[in-house]
Order: sequence, then structure tokens, then C-alpha cells
Amino acid sequence: MNVEQISIFLENQPGRLAEVTRIFEEGGINIRALALADTSEFGILRLIVNDNEKARELLKDHGYAVGVTEVVAVEVEDRPGGLHRILTVLARRGINVEYMYAFVRQSGRNAVMIFRFDDIPAALEALAEAGIRVIEGAELYAM
Amino acid sequence: MIYNEEFETLPREALEAIQLRRLQATVARVYHAVPFYRRRFDEAGVKPEDIRSLADLARLPFTTKADLRDNYPYGLFAVPLDNVTRIHASSGTTGKPTVVGYTARDVQTWAELMARSLTAAGARKEDIVHNAYGYGLFTGGLGVHYGAEKLGASVIPVSGGNTRRQILIMRDFGPTVLTCTPSYALHLAEVAEDMGVSFRDLKFKSGLFGAEPWSEQMRSEIEARLHLKAMDIYGLSEIMGPGVAVECLEAQNGLHIFEDHFIPEVVHPETGEPLPWGTPGELVFTTITKEAFPLIRYRTRDLSSLHPEPCRCGRTLVRMSRVQGRSDDMLIIRGVNVFPSQIESVILETRRFTPHYQLVVERVENLDQLTVLVEMHPELFSDAIKNLQAVERELEGAIRETLGVTVRVRLVEPKSLQRSEGKAARVIDKRRL
Repeated sequence: MNVEQISIFLENQPGRLAEVTRIFEEGGINIRALALADTSEFGILRLIVNDNEKARELLKDHGYAVGVTEVVAVEVEDRPGGLHRILTVLARRGINVEYMYAFVRQSGRNAVMIFRFDDIPAALEALAEAGIRVIEGAELYAM
Repeated sequence: MIYNEEFETLPREALEAIQLRRLQATVARVYHAVPFYRRRFDEAGVKPEDIRSLADLARLPFTTKADLRDNYPYGLFAVPLDNVTRIHASSGTTGKPTVVGYTARDVQTWAELMARSLTAAGARKEDIVHNAYGYGLFTGGLGVHYGAEKLGASVIPVSGGNTRRQILIMRDFGPTVLTCTPSYALHLAEVAEDMGVSFRDLKFKSGLFGAEPWSEQMRSEIEARLHLKAMDIYGLSEIMGPGVAVECLEAQNGLHIFEDHFIPEVVHPETGEPLPWGTPGELVFTTITKEAFPLIRYRTRDLSSLHPEPCRCGRTLVRMSRVQGRSDDMLIIRGVNVFPSQIESVILETRRFTPHYQLVVERVENLDQLTVLVEMHPELFSDAIKNLQAVERELEGAIRETLGVTVRVRLVEPKSLQRSEGKAARVIDKRRL
């Protein structure tokens, strides 16, 4: 099972992010990773949290436009060239990375990157062939 | 200077006698030539012979933009199309344009009134008029053009757009009178500055600016930056086009209405009750010399007031104050009339948006910019920015195609726009004129 990411539409205005974090705090939701993509007018907040279902419900109740996207969590060796190796594998297969961001990990030797691919099955195949570890959703949410 | 000394300085009594005679002739003619007017007058129980004084004008029913739409395209023409030598059009409330026609004599009358207007603004036959009003269906370009020729001046029919080339023409051809919208005048100033051309070195002495609302502050800015005297000109295609009223160089204080051709009234915008001169309200015009497209008591939706005090220029014609706003929600964006309802129908036709939207009008670098805010909702949402931007561009394209006006579309958060029954909240006008 791959990783589910929730994304939220936000206007680019002071206080909009704080409103989201307030809702999470009150609902006991822990943010595991996040990235903000923005234009001058709006932003898309992409999040991986410990409880996707609950987070979505809370956000919807507060009137947010929420989407769910399938992303892939990939283990990256924590040394120079670690990320480069993964990107090279993908580039050789012509797999496009739509976006990526880092996952915060409390301990452990390796880093985790979250990837959004245009072609997930092809990406998984390429990563498996190269012996790169992909982390399942359940494992990731509990990290 | 006064172009037509006789008619622009008539004693009020003589002017009113001419107005009454012309009004009676117009009313009789439309009653017999235009079924719409006959029906309306009959419903109101008024016959042409009931118009015995100017006060009787108030007994006649109003004509509105909706009437023009209902009679699209030629239903209100009072002459056979054979006799029509010119047709102009402006955008209307539902995408259907407002169509107006002119006989050869109407075109001559219009040229005379524009020659009067240019003269009031200080133009003479020795002058060169740089006419940057758009040529085409819009009445601005050709209206000024014919007036300038009638006056005997030279006219440069440069029309709108291609601003850098306009600056070069101004520098090389030496025009002395500028005609364009006030916002375009300021845009010209900016582009000239960018190009290192100073208006101080150009030959302009005065300009006629109209077709959109502006203010005394804008006048000061135009005069300071363009080094010329700026006069306001008023008109609307339904009544004729530019040249219905104009400010004089001498006073620059209110626009003289050419009352020998148009009878102005000011009425209460809601009740339609005529208001005494001096009281602000909605301007209503009756044309009394037009042949092809006469209009009886036409509701302009423009808010103004009428002032009969004598003017130092010597004209006895009543002055209307600068237009203070609109009694409906029409916006004028770079000379294009836009009603929020038109935008609403485009939004709803796409079937992708909620009917909650808001229009924000701003003046950015002296050009009007209209931003349409629409609410994001779950079905539209995508976590890829390019998809959301595509949604915005698509609606922008649909609005441009339908209304001929370029807008910016911005997605906003669900339920973030104010819910309101009234239309006031639909439009936020941030222009500081």
C-alpha cells in the first residue's frame, strides 16, 4: 500500500496556515511531513499526518477543499549522492517527478523522501529493480 | 471660443422655444414611425398633441436599455434602413449589443456637436488632433474624427493601442490636442517616461477625456504629467456618442449640455420622479433632432446634477456635474461596458463553479483591471498547481470570448466570499479616481 497524502487549497494570506495547524492541534493530529506549493495568490498545502481519515473530516468540517493523492515514500541513504542515485534511476526510465519533499524522521540512519510521480507503477518497478526501498503507508504513519 | 455662437449662447426663453418645437416634432414622429413608442404612449394615455409645454415631457414614459435590447437590432429606428448611413453598437446586458443608427444629417449634427466640443476645449482649425479613441463600432473614434474634420483641424486617426508607436507619432507629428480615455492619457504619460520622451517637449495644449468615470484628482495628475489642460467630455452611443456635453476651457467646472439637441432631466433613480435642478439623481435624455434613432426620456443610469448658473465662457447651456457614479451596477472596464450579471452567466454556463463570485475592480498602472474571484470546491480541486491555474485560464478565456473584456480569474477558498442577497457585495471597486 502506498502512502496517502492530503492536500488543502489555501489562499495566500496571513493566518491561513495557522488556521490549519490550529484545527490539527485541537483534533490531536500529528503532522509527519508537509510541503507548501504556492503561487502569488494561492497555495496547496500537502501533508502526511498520523491519521488521514480524521484529518480529512476535520478539514472538511471547517470548509476546506481537501484532496487525497497517492505518493511514494522512498528511503534515501544519508550520504552524499544518496538522492542523486534515486533520481538517476528514475531519469533513465523517463519517469517524471511532479514534486518531492522530505519526511521528518526522529531517528535512524536513512532519510525518507516523499515523491509524486506521473506514473507510479513504472516508478515502483524502477525503484524495486535498483534495490531501493519503498516504505509502506502503515509503516510511515507510525514512524 | 465658441463654435456656434448663435445656438450656444441663446437666452433661456429662446432656447426653450426651440426645444419645445423640436420636442413636439420628435414625439409626433416617433409616435407615427415606431410601433414601440406608439404602444408605450398609448399605455400611458399620452398623445403627441398633449405635449404643449416642456413640463409635459414628464408625462411621457421612460425608455431603458432593456427596451433597446427587446427591440434588437433595428426595432427603435425611426427611418427606413435605406436612410441610415452609419451603424454603431455598444455592449449590452446580455451579450446582445445596443445598436444605434444615424442618417446623413445625424452624422452632420454629431460632427457639429463634436466641433463645438473641441472648440470648447480650446481647439482651432490650425490644431492637430491626436485621436486615440478606438475606431470601430465604439462611437469614440469616429465621433471625434468627424468633429475635428468639421472644425477644419488636422486629425491623426491613431485609434487605441500600440502605445509606444503613439509616443513616437506625438513626438514627430506635433499634435496639439489629445483625445482619449483619461486612464489611457495617464498610461501614455507612463510609457513616454519609460521611453525617455517628456511631454514638456511635446506640443499639446489641451485634451478631451471621457468614456469612463474620472475625478478632479485625475485631472490634476493628467494636467501635471501631460502638460496640457484637461477637459471632460460626455456622451453615450444611445444618445449620439461623444459630444452630448463638454467642459469649457474657461471654467473647467461642469459639462455644458447641447440643449438645442438634447433635453436633460435628472430623476430619482428608484421612483423616476423628476428632481429640481441642482439635486443629484439619474440623468435622463430626450433627443430632439435625431432622425434615425431618436430616444424619448432615456434612462442613462449615470448619476449627476444640473446647474443653470451662468458660465464665464458665455455659453448659456446648462452644465451637468461630472458623472458621480451609476445607479445600476454597470462597470466600465477600459471602455467596455460590463455588467456583473454577464460574468455571472459565463461562470454558471461552465457548470464547474458555485454561483458565489466577486468582482474586484482596480486601477493598475492607470489601466482598469477586473479580477473575478470564484470559490474553489472539492470537485475542482487538484493538488497540482498547473491544473488549478488551467481552471483559472479557462474561465478567463470564456469571459474574454463572451464579453470582449480581459479579466483575471482567481480561485479562493470555499465559502470565503460574502453571502448576500443584494448586488452591492458582488462588486468591490477599489479604483481611486
